Amino acid sequence: MKKLLLGDEAIALGAINAGLSGVYAYPGTPSTEITEYIQNNPLAKERGVHSRWCTNEKTAMEAALGMSYAGKRALVCMKHVGMNVCADAFVNSAITGVKGGLIVLAADDPSMHSSQNEQDSRFYAKFALVPCLEPSNQQEAYDMMAYGFDLSEKLGEPIVLRVVTRLAHSRAAVEVTEPKAEKSLSPATDQWVLLPGIARKKYVKLLEKQDAMKQASEESIYNKVEKAAAKTGILACGIAYNYVKEALGNDANLVKISQYPLPEAKIKALAAECDELMVIEDGQPVVEELVKGLLGAGYSVKGRLTGDLPRTGELTPDCVAKALGKETGAVFAPAKNMAARPPQLCQGCGHRDVYAALNQVLADYPDHRVFGDIGCYTLGALPPFQSLSSCVDMGASITMAKGAADAGLFPAVAIIGDSTFTHSGMTGLLDAVNDKANITVIISDNLTTGMTGGQDSAGTNKYEAICLGLGVEPEHVRVVVPLPKNMPEITRVIKEEIEYKGVSVIIPRRECIQTFARHAKEKKKTLPQTPPLQGGE
Amino acid sequence: MNNNQSKLSTPLPTREGSGGGSDIILCGVGGQGILSIATIIGEAATKAGLYLKQAEVHGMSQRGGDVQSNLRLSTEPIWSDLIAEAGADLIISMEPMEAMRYLAYLSKDGKIVTSSKPFVNIPNYPDEAALQQELDTLPSVKLDIDTVAKDCGNPRGANMVLLGMAAPYIGILSVENLREAIATVFARKGEQIVEANLKAFDAGIQASNP
Repeated sequence: MKKLLLGDEAIALGAINAGLSGVYAYPGTPSTEITEYIQNNPLAKERGVHSRWCTNEKTAMEAALGMSYAGKRALVCMKHVGMNVCADAFVNSAITGVKGGLIVLAADDPSMHSSQNEQDSRFYAKFALVPCLEPSNQQEAYDMMAYGFDLSEKLGEPIVLRVVTRLAHSRAAVEVTEPKAEKSLSPATDQWVLLPGIARKKYVKLLEKQDAMKQASEESIYNKVEKAAAKTGILACGIAYNYVKEALGNDANLVKISQYPLPEAKIKALAAECDELMVIEDGQPVVEELVKGLLGAGYSVKGRLTGDLPRTGELTPDCVAKALGKETGAVFAPAKNMAARPPQLCQGCGHRDVYAALNQVLADYPDHRVFGDIGCYTLGALPPFQSLSSCVDMGASITMAKGAADAGLFPAVAIIGDSTFTHSGMTGLLDAVNDKANITVIISDNLTTGMTGGQDSAGTNKYEAICLGLGVEPEHVRVVVPLPKNMPEITRVIKEEIEYKGVSVIIPRRECIQTFARHAKEKKKTLPQTPPLQGGE
Repeated sequence: MNNNQSKLSTPLPTREGSGGGSDIILCGVGGQGILSIATIIGEAATKAGLYLKQAEVHGMSQRGGDVQSNLRLSTEPIWSDLIAEAGADLIISMEPMEAMRYLAYLSKDGKIVTSSKPFVNIPNYPDEAALQQELDTLPSVKLDIDTVAKDCGNPRGANMVLLGMAAPYIGILSVENLREAIATVFARKGEQIVEANLKAFDAGIQASNP
């Protein structure tokens, strides 16, 4: 049966039909739709496949490893920068090895459509010494889930599955297979205790598996060879393959690369037939660097490092065609009457009221700095508010404000969303409390994970308790409702807490207007089943 | 705003002459409903047994910023998810300035079908008269779709009016394919909604076909 699926949905359905028992994830563009699809899938619901959102990528990775330890198939999903958050658990999962199949799905975002960097998750697979799969289309994304779980169980290692935004968020028809049964409970019997004595042995075992991983890549159906009478050989990685086929059709002499470690024998054979190689890969020049080493200094290898392809940004059919000498170019000149239209906070959003109040108060403190964080409210850096001085990674608002306050900066204000606070802000707040840092933390609580489309937020209804538990003084945990009519109260509270020489937390709380509208709609739908309301109010 | 509806300078393309595919850029401002247009074209294409690829924009860029979707339909397998420069047969836009943002992608014989009504949510929006004038120099059809939608009793159906306007130019799909897809996509919302959307769609066809 064929189904029209987003790349993310193909991954989700592929996992369910491969006998998945649990998905563990924190929302992050472009990976969010995978978990959402599993949450809403009838078979997954019937089977009770775990799909509740996790607090962050590290808790997700560890829980998935635990499910694998128990013998069942688990999937961890995240955006590329989530790999940094779970890196400790991920890298060590290669040392422990896995029992039930474990796939670590990293959705990279070259061009930074919704991200702070364009790091390439293939580096992480190489760093941890585990295989990486990189589908070129939605069908492969689906098929690689069953393939990946099998490979993971065969090798006893986690598998990284790397996609990029263009595949994650593009739809195509996918041939869907019959669902397989889940694995039964069968916990690992060897010790996964990474004490030095055991870890050393396990590390040697991981190194011994490298030949089997290379062999699997050489034999992989996804690393196929296409022959043509061309003198430039092409290494087409992941979705780059599509752009090459779009430009050259069947006239390409290529190795398609969708499974790592690199199929070195296939690459050497292509190099021997050609005068030079062109490496076309989305993200960073991972393969280009490796192939330069493989073929030696005397052999010409072209790609992003040589300027034949742009050093930054996602691949496009245009830049690939240009690199292959097939550029077409625009017919129409750019429009004259044109302006950039950056994203902005919704009209009526509570974050707007928070920034309006904050800007009003801080106007009296010329030396102030506001340290921002990751979420819709990062848009407070843009006009009309222009309130933020920094946004680095999840949770950095609080700890950077603390560091700046340690240096003597006053006032140092942190603004962080509710979901980001539980993701990575709590530990930083504990540091600040222990150091009695002179900072003002605003947890702008919209009761959801807003930017990724309104997923449940792990700490909803628990924020005051968390802050008190971490040791913030009860009289300096303040809750306000961010509405224009409350402006006098909000500005007064902010001013008082800035003047307090210690850690204070202000929680402006009002539901995200997007989820509010959605909830109102859902309520309306259920209304006909309830008795009609009597009379007016 | 009486003269929004420009006359077609060329006759409607014939089905035979439309080749093996349609490459369409759908665009507008986040929240204007371009994805429902994409869903309907996608449904129609699937039903008609065509190959389809549709690249969407999710995430942060949806918040009131420019959004676009690349929609590729073909009788042959499709490789790239993205349309190349000078490759789009059609730009369908919910907003006139957004229609011109993707000019580099418009093919030599391509067409722009757009709402004529600016959505001004930025301080430096270009001069409106100059914008409309520039749009008129391009192969474009524009219409105040909001007014047309209101006039046919479906103020929320502006995107269906736009789809109707574009329908004659989507060579690879028939108008009937699209009508069926509208009925399928909106079926769960009830017959009234289906009828209202078909009415808006038909009004769009009428408007683009003098």
